[in-house]
Amino acid sequence: MTTLRIGVFGIQGDIEEHVKAVNSAMEQEKLHGETMLVKTPEAVEIVDGVIIPGGESTVIGSLSSINGTLGRLEERIVKGLPVLGTCAGAILLSREAEDRVIGRTRQKLLGVLDATVKRNAFGRQRESFEEAVSIPKLGAEPFPAVFIRAPIISSVGEQVEVLSRVKEGIVAVQQRNILATSFHPELSRDLRFHKYFLSLVLSNK
Amino acid sequence: MISLVGSPEEYRAKVLGMPQVEKRITGTTLLKRGFAHMFKHGVIMDVTKPEEAQIAEDAGAVAVMVLDKLPYDVRKAGGVARTASLKAVDEILKAVTIPVMAKCRIGHTYEARILEEAGVDMIDESEVLTPADEERHIWKWEFTTPFVNGARDLGEALRRIEEGAAMIRTKGEPGTGNVAEAIKHIKVVNTEIAKIRGLYLSGDTQELIKIAREMRASYELVLETAKLGKLPVVNFAAGGIATPADAAMMMQIGCDGIFVGSGIFKSEDPAERARAIVLATTYWDDPKTVSEAQRMIDERKSMMGMDTRQIELKMQERGANL
Repeated sequence: MTTLRIGVFGIQGDIEEHVKAVNSAMEQEKLHGETMLVKTPEAVEIVDGVIIPGGESTVIGSLSSINGTLGRLEERIVKGLPVLGTCAGAILLSREAEDRVIGRTRQKLLGVLDATVKRNAFGRQRESFEEAVSIPKLGAEPFPAVFIRAPIISSVGEQVEVLSRVKEGIVAVQQRNILATSFHPELSRDLRFHKYFLSLVLSNK
Repeated sequence: MISLVGSPEEYRAKVLGMPQVEKRITGTTLLKRGFAHMFKHGVIMDVTKPEEAQIAEDAGAVAVMVLDKLPYDVRKAGGVARTASLKAVDEILKAVTIPVMAKCRIGHTYEARILEEAGVDMIDESEVLTPADEERHIWKWEFTTPFVNGARDLGEALRRIEEGAAMIRTKGEPGTGNVAEAIKHIKVVNTEIAKIRGLYLSGDTQELIKIAREMRASYELVLETAKLGKLPVVNFAAGGIATPADAAMMMQIGCDGIFVGSGIFKSEDPAERARAIVLATTYWDDPKTVSEAQRMIDERKSMMGMDTRQIELKMQERGANL
């Protein structure tokens, strides 16, 4: 039987919610596997897939580069390691980030996703919202998406497939082994996004 | 996948069935409590002006908290401490990209309304400021902006959640540079949770109801906390944290993250200290990195600190019995 080892980037943010979502998704899909936190380059080596949670992208980026974890993760993603980035995670994956207020940021990024993201694109926390969005890849039923000071994906390269949009623009994309969402699938009760990510991990094994 | 127990949505869902989400909705309990989850494993720093906010952001703070004076100076100044100038709030909102929080007085609904209007991302109904209502806290469900409240024990935490707080922090003893009270408060909460968890696992409903009455909190929230084995909202440490070792200690005893008040900008090495506290909070489970962080600061530059047994004003007692 295949055993999956899913790493959740454990620097900062809603790490535990992803661990819970992955564990529930594995249970429902009857997959054999485990989750672990990734905070060191050694941990990056032994996982079959990585999730970068929501949090502060600037903090996650700078603190994970101190001990070389971010650099090692970039190398593995380029070689095909499946990765899911939600909100701050999506920002970290992208090639370029700009902020609604201050413009282009100087923050550290993985740069593996051929996309530009605009941080805090919908406004501040009082503008955070829930909306059911259409994600055809996950089925006809709309996905309950939770947007918290969310970024928007403002432009994408040719390799990037758009999975979902709201009226302001793109909110979920896939580029081969890379999945990115502006919203937080780990906060809603719908596990389809995590199940889809697990299917990518499984087919990569 | 986070607990919504105690919220109006949860109640509505039980009585009327789940509402169909067809259009955009703001200000829900999921958005408020979920927002607090994004701060976890991070450090939120007290600031009074844009320059300090910039130092905090560059050091890796996950948010800044705006107040007129740092708690240490509030203590020294005496008089009535109110919410910060809106000018300072506006300038800080423009200066940083990370979330901005601000403090309002306990029970002062209109200071909170003004902060919400200004666009702050979270409001701290704080005992550091002079309480405005001796009888009740703000009814926080009516706001779109989430709130954080301080608590010294489980009953206080659950009463605040019942009023709509989306996040809890220990009270500690603000402005003292002394972590002892914060440690006491988190240990009290943890011990009480362990006790009700035990009762829940043994099926002792009668005793759980009795405890809910003693805590003056709803049985529903006591039961949910017992089931989860932790508070249904994020729980941070606050009040007296001054060094990387203090921060790591609070993480080790089970806090979700750290607030630093006077500890940074009342020290003589704020930028270095801010970075060191962030590093120690993230890697608290690795003593080697925490000692590297501790090495970044100089104890001779730490804020002086006070013995909490000898101070006259106990901020932690404000609003505690409500």
